[in-house]
Amino acid sequence: MINIFMHFGNQLLVGLGWTLLCSLITLVFSLIIGTSLALLQMLPSKLVHFLCRIYIEVFRNIPLLVIVMFFYLIIPLYFFKINGFTAGTIGLTLYTSAFIAEIIRSGIQSVEAGQLEGSRSTGMTYWQAMRYVVLPQAFKIVIPSLGNQFVNLIKDSSILAFVAGFDLLYQANAIASTTFDTINSYLVVGILYLLLTMPLSYYMHYLEKRLS
Amino acid sequence: MKKKFWLVPLLFCMLFLSGCGQKVADQAVLKNAQSSKTITWGVEADMKLFSLIDVRDDVHKGFEIDLAKAITKQILGPNGHAKFVTATAQSRIPLLKNGNVDAVIATMSITPERKKVIAFSNSYFNAGESLLVPVHSRVKNVHDLNGKTVIGIVGDNSSEVVKKFAPKAKVIGMQNYGQAVSALKSHQGDALVSDNGVLYGLAVENPSLVVTGGTFTKEPYGIAINKQQKPFERAVNRAIVQLEHSGEYNHLIKKWFGKVPGFNYKEMDQR
Repeated sequence: MINIFMHFGNQLLVGLGWTLLCSLITLVFSLIIGTSLALLQMLPSKLVHFLCRIYIEVFRNIPLLVIVMFFYLIIPLYFFKINGFTAGTIGLTLYTSAFIAEIIRSGIQSVEAGQLEGSRSTGMTYWQAMRYVVLPQAFKIVIPSLGNQFVNLIKDSSILAFVAGFDLLYQANAIASTTFDTINSYLVVGILYLLLTMPLSYYMHYLEKRLS
Repeated sequence: MKKKFWLVPLLFCMLFLSGCGQKVADQAVLKNAQSSKTITWGVEADMKLFSLIDVRDDVHKGFEIDLAKAITKQILGPNGHAKFVTATAQSRIPLLKNGNVDAVIATMSITPERKKVIAFSNSYFNAGESLLVPVHSRVKNVHDLNGKTVIGIVGDNSSEVVKKFAPKAKVIGMQNYGQAVSALKSHQGDALVSDNGVLYGLAVENPSLVVTGGTFTKEPYGIAINKQQKPFERAVNRAIVQLEHSGEYNHLIKKWFGKVPGFNYKEMDQR
């Protein structure tokens, strides 16, 4: 195992970098898209609600690999050039945001309806009430499941390996097939993934404690 | 390509066989074959154009099958019968070593590592690394790949070989040939690099793709035979030469590869 670290340090570092970048981009954008979708579903418009449901059900129920392959293989055929990393990150963002939308929706719905009505009666607009009263409480409630989703997202970024995104798992596959030491190659990247996910888990745990 | 995969099964069968006295492999294959009028060949099951089991009738079909039949007839006379046993990349050398098959004809490149364990006949197919590109691609040979993206299979040494010829090429590795072909069609890369044998099979199935630029390495295929079987090895070599002279060999090449876009006859000229 030490050998693999010594010989393929550079390759692993590159993999770690791509995995980290993909995870960060996905985390930020899926949080934005997911929250927006959850808010849109709260609107009275049936049509908007319906469209949001379609988005969520489609991306939540199709395997990630299929979504990513679509972006990697079909998009460049008919629309524009897209490399493996971009295709993987876009696919992962759309996939994760569907889950996050559901998590945040459940958070908003578990905040009492009276909170929104009360805020409205003090003269706040609908969006102000959402922004300052309902959403902060909703986020607090869903922090554990949100943390889960973030950890999943980092691990799901290994989908990049299938579209030549040069991430950790891609490097592990390459190292395994040059050294024939599959077990140790995978052990090494397992540890590296742990290095990425553990701090995040701890941070989410800390947030949960601080806010409760 | 895939060369190093061999080392593992090779080492295993060396270990196993060093202990068991190599009795079966020591028996004279040629004499046995002449008395039973049968030669048993180890062949692959999934190599398009070379040796592929036809799902409709469960029969092996391909260039290597026809060649093996022709060699059998050449050695044993018109009554000679060729029997085929399916071998995988992992099992073909053990099958040969323990005497289950008399010879293996299964897209095996003649390499120094393998020669330590088994003997090879003279080459019957000039294999080597080559390129698969879209029909109207500007890439004509390996030197055109500088600054381009090349698709390989993850862990395959083809990608390292490409770097020797085109140092500025960017190599991306896909998980298998199916994905690699899809990626090539989606313009994720400018060329797919692998053995010409593999690529001919892919080109036949995908009319929009063509093999180009010839081979830029030499890794010819040979028939694997046990080391102690010198008389049989000589008989096989003689048969190959006779088939080449009689035109039978060219006939088989034409039959199986004639319709492959980008197939180069000159390259196949053995002499």
